[in-house]
Amino acid sequence: MTTEVLLLSSILKIVFVLVVTVGAFAPVLIWAERRQSAMIQDRLGPSRAAIVLPPSAVAFIDKARLPMWRGFALTGIVAIVALVAVTWVAVRGTNPLPIPTATLTKALIGFGAASVLLRIGYGVHGMIVRNQGKVMVLGLLHPLADALKFIFKEDFVPPKSDKFLFAAGPIIALIPAIAAFAVIPFASTLHLDHWNQVLPRTGEVAGTIIPMQVASLDVGILFIFAVASTGIIGAAISGYASDNKFSLLGGIRAASQMVSYEVVLGLTLVPAFMVYRSLRLEDMAMWQHEHSWGIFNPLLALGFIMFFTAAIAETKRVPFDLPEGESELVGGYLTEYSGMKFGMFFMGEFVEVVALGAIAAILFFGAWDVPFLYRDGFDFRLPFMASGIVVPLAHWIVIAIQVLFFLLKIVVFIWFQLMIRWSLPRFRYDQLMKLCWKGLLPLSLLNILLMGVFILSGVLDKYVGLLDRL
Amino acid sequence: MPATVKVIKKPRRTIAEQAYVPEVAKGISFAARRFFKNTFGPTAKKEIDTVKYPEEKREYPERFRGIHRLTQRFDGSPRCVACLCCSTACPAQCIYIEAAEYEPDDPRYGYERYPAVFMIDELRCIFCGYCVEACPCDAIRMDTGMHMPPSTSRDHFLYDKETLLSIPGKDGTYLTANPRHEPGDPSHPGIDRERGH
Repeated sequence: MTTEVLLLSSILKIVFVLVVTVGAFAPVLIWAERRQSAMIQDRLGPSRAAIVLPPSAVAFIDKARLPMWRGFALTGIVAIVALVAVTWVAVRGTNPLPIPTATLTKALIGFGAASVLLRIGYGVHGMIVRNQGKVMVLGLLHPLADALKFIFKEDFVPPKSDKFLFAAGPIIALIPAIAAFAVIPFASTLHLDHWNQVLPRTGEVAGTIIPMQVASLDVGILFIFAVASTGIIGAAISGYASDNKFSLLGGIRAASQMVSYEVVLGLTLVPAFMVYRSLRLEDMAMWQHEHSWGIFNPLLALGFIMFFTAAIAETKRVPFDLPEGESELVGGYLTEYSGMKFGMFFMGEFVEVVALGAIAAILFFGAWDVPFLYRDGFDFRLPFMASGIVVPLAHWIVIAIQVLFFLLKIVVFIWFQLMIRWSLPRFRYDQLMKLCWKGLLPLSLLNILLMGVFILSGVLDKYVGLLDRL
Repeated sequence: MPATVKVIKKPRRTIAEQAYVPEVAKGISFAARRFFKNTFGPTAKKEIDTVKYPEEKREYPERFRGIHRLTQRFDGSPRCVACLCCSTACPAQCIYIEAAEYEPDDPRYGYERYPAVFMIDELRCIFCGYCVEACPCDAIRMDTGMHMPPSTSRDHFLYDKETLLSIPGKDGTYLTANPRHEPGDPSHPGIDRERGH
């Protein structure tokens, strides 16, 4: 592999990770958290942020609605005719129209897409006119408005605070959360020289191989633990530097909570390492791709529940948000922060949520693995079927589907975390510590022991073999 | 006599409750049901209680007390006879009236007066509706169904006679349904301070 390709692909991957996490997921999460909570609580949620169009533009949009409706109807009719013809060709084998089948297929796709787009445009125009020229985009402009507000807000620094540490706190909290994405694989390896071909299902392929992760480290998951535990320092020193007793208490709570749960977080994942026999995240994904998802292993399922609990405590979110604890500590270590510094804490928390979703998906839910999707395309085969329905796909399409599916899994986990955040009440501090040291820690040790017994007695191999045959 | 004490047993937690996970799942599934119903469910089944305010407005009850209006006679003059009943009844003392006599050649001269100044401070008003109840002539009403339009100056909330006369009721009329007996009408009693009974 040449240096240029390596450099270029690395930069592209870093940009992709940043765009997906900081650019797309975090702002959408800020919106989703508010909107989701609103929906749970029978409210409408944030929907007021809007771009206001001038009345002339609204009049124009109103006038354009009828032509759009007509266009939708016309293209829709053409698309339906093409659909009928194509179905006819597929079923009967003869073409009922004096138009080539290839043209018909193109017409179906083209006119169908145009029809759907025109219908959507008609609806959107109607919504704008009904809202008197306010373009609200489902309230998605709220994160934008929040960011603007954060940037232009007064940057208050407490007079007797430690100025340097006060400024460093948010940065230390945000950077590790993003850095954790360096080792996360978002698809299997990309064979650059054969990107437009259908690859064989197994075996080595010659040519340039690009791993779909920023850094392929041997320590893999340990890197994530190492970086994530750096986040403690951010919370702790911002609590110390704020010159505020509430902040200090919050910082202390954050530090002790995160240190405690760091232990459990590592131990709950040890059974997973024992099964996958690797610390590299891409190897874990590959193992699950070749065998079965980790969650189908009962011990790993138990490990997953414990891991998720510990990880939510690690991200300091409800029901473990005692460091913030607004009912007793005002805002904990966030009390003195305002403006974009607070925004960075906020952002760091949301990036952690995304990272947690990604790690859970990789370790227990097959990472980028899509059911029935292999390197050469889809092969829908069930145990009782003699031969599967094979859909060969070009390599880049396979990779794209894998990336999309991985992002979808992350979205599901984010949704689940937000559900937890809005459903459960906060723990008391002694309960929190008891859950960690007396509950999760012995359980995870027991889990490791059981997994060791299973592996040594050969039960695990038999179980995996059983799952493989399904 | 020894007091009888009713011993209530401390509720025992089951193992499932103690293990958190089933209870957590129960709670989340409850919240998730609400989420899916309100987000993806059909519009009729949604139970969202709030509205998008300026675009969507809740209908007020029929007897909602909005900002005041002064009702008019057929000739456009105020029905108000400046009796000061409303300003006397007003608990917030937000109504200021200066009464004046009609010109001597006016048929109403000596029969009734009119308000030269009629001022309501809508910021002081507590919208109790006592002025409407006190009015013997149906001259002041709160049936506009409107709020005070917001403004940046307190002066804009001092509504004078012309402003109050120019606000229509909810049904768009400047009059009221109650008849008035103007001088010259057959129903007019034809008595006043000058001529006596």
